[in-house]
Amino acid sequence: MSEKMKLTQEQQAILDGEKGETLAKVMETLVRYGQLFGAQSMVPVTSQYNHLVTSFGLKALGPVYELMDKLIAEGAASKQKFSADPRPVDKNVPSSFLQNFVFQNFMYTRQDFYEEQLSKLGLMEQDAFTCACYLDQVGNTPKEGDVLSWSESSAVVYANSVLGARCNRNSGIIDLMGSVVGYVPYFGLLTDEGRRATWIVEVKTTKKPEAQLLGSAIGMKVMEDVPYIVGLDQWLVSLDDGAKTYLKDFGAATASNGAVGLYHVEGITPEAARLGRELIADGARTYVIDDAELQRVYDSYPVVWKNKNAKPKLCFMGCPHMSLEQLTSWTERVERGLKEAGRQKVAIPTVFTAAPAVIREFEATPYGERLKQTGVILSYICPLMYMNNPLSGKMPVITSSNKLRTYTTARYYTDDEILAQITKGGN
Amino acid sequence: MREFQGRVVSPGKLTAEALVSHGGLNTLASFQKALQFGDKKATCGDQNNPDLYGKEMAGKALCLPRTIGSTTGGLVLYCACSMGRQPACLLFSEPIDSLAAAGAVLADVWLEGEHTSMPVVDSLGEEFLNYVQDNMTVNVLDGGRVQVI
Repeated sequence: MSEKMKLTQEQQAILDGEKGETLAKVMETLVRYGQLFGAQSMVPVTSQYNHLVTSFGLKALGPVYELMDKLIAEGAASKQKFSADPRPVDKNVPSSFLQNFVFQNFMYTRQDFYEEQLSKLGLMEQDAFTCACYLDQVGNTPKEGDVLSWSESSAVVYANSVLGARCNRNSGIIDLMGSVVGYVPYFGLLTDEGRRATWIVEVKTTKKPEAQLLGSAIGMKVMEDVPYIVGLDQWLVSLDDGAKTYLKDFGAATASNGAVGLYHVEGITPEAARLGRELIADGARTYVIDDAELQRVYDSYPVVWKNKNAKPKLCFMGCPHMSLEQLTSWTERVERGLKEAGRQKVAIPTVFTAAPAVIREFEATPYGERLKQTGVILSYICPLMYMNNPLSGKMPVITSSNKLRTYTTARYYTDDEILAQITKGGN
Repeated sequence: MREFQGRVVSPGKLTAEALVSHGGLNTLASFQKALQFGDKKATCGDQNNPDLYGKEMAGKALCLPRTIGSTTGGLVLYCACSMGRQPACLLFSEPIDSLAAAGAVLADVWLEGEHTSMPVVDSLGEEFLNYVQDNMTVNVLDGGRVQVI
């Protein structure tokens, strides 16, 4: 098994079963996984915390919980504490009696059980549930150069690109296994070579492109490759809170509409700022994005509502979870939009989602009350998990998240269009 | 009939009917409804994949370039195998991606029993995906050889 990968004495002993059969299988999984990508060795995980994609006690994932039970029974707790993706249900989010019946009796029937499993395996704290774990308020922010065993595509692409950490696009379960043994196979985005760009993306739009739309276009074009983006630095001057929020949403779209795990933005992201065009590999292809290309991508999205002209019944913002900066700026935008429309409250039930820690900090500011006055609901929920309910899937739901659009029946609109819909009823 | 040479990711021999996706398979979007609501035929729920949307994936030789999307992809494949709702095999034209690889390895290492089996071959080449079409017969042989009839 290990003839292609050079293991240390400790790693080999685990593989040979000296720490039990379950840990041996964990190591075998990681070694076989790494060998498929030509990994020659395993390297230590160096981040303080891990992050897991699986946060939901979904009845259908029974086999995953059985596997986790095996790890717990063998005392194979994670070597690191970890955060996990958002919880799937929140009673503050509007849902019908029937939707709730499906949530409680058919879908997330094992939520309490699973959260107990996560506690035993090393959850950071009781409400460490968010896809945006890297935000300051949450506290799972890796340092540049840290080696991670994370999953959650939007978190991995952010950690690699904006923070300069090193992490492959690990699947759920693999994430936990790397943390359990403390090592991950060395390949892909962990290596200098794997972080070089094989695409140059030239942004030539006449105004700052919508983050979610630009990310979608790039993701669908480059798929799993690494793009080096030029032309965006005219709008993102430095890596301030606004730029980080933009890149959070942009990256999530590249990762869900394609399979991007790392991007470089010239002059902005840490490796691009340090190494510049040295990051571009020989033979890199070029993709030019102008206004017409963004419009083409926008027009290509299928609308899968039964009645394409239905009045939206719900709006979700925050997939991935919104930042503090985003909640604040959106409060101002919604207030302005309502004032222009002569309304007191939003015209469509609207949910903004954010990490519990971000919500706490936001609600401690005057903006918390101001947002509440607009009628917008603030929740820690995962909109995707809400939309997975088939009854939710039949509802006309709108969103400015290209990730939510990709995985569900939610209809995508740009931020300006969403604002018009929720403040003016689409007029 | 044409034969293509790939690399064995998870071993196994079988014959199955081809189902072809020319775009990446979004694993979560494709399988989530089937796993949640007892669809044993694993009807594809990915509205963005015109090749597969609405088609039954269980028991088919699923021919594709790669998988894309959420990092739940590997555990979704693992669960599909555990529940016996997986494709008969996965045949990739490109080198396998990290999410599909995780699903294939997890199923092979942690699951037992024939009903959980899902042989996987990758690197079959672009020509493989140009040649194979829905409903053709696919023989997966030893050593990463794949016949398409």
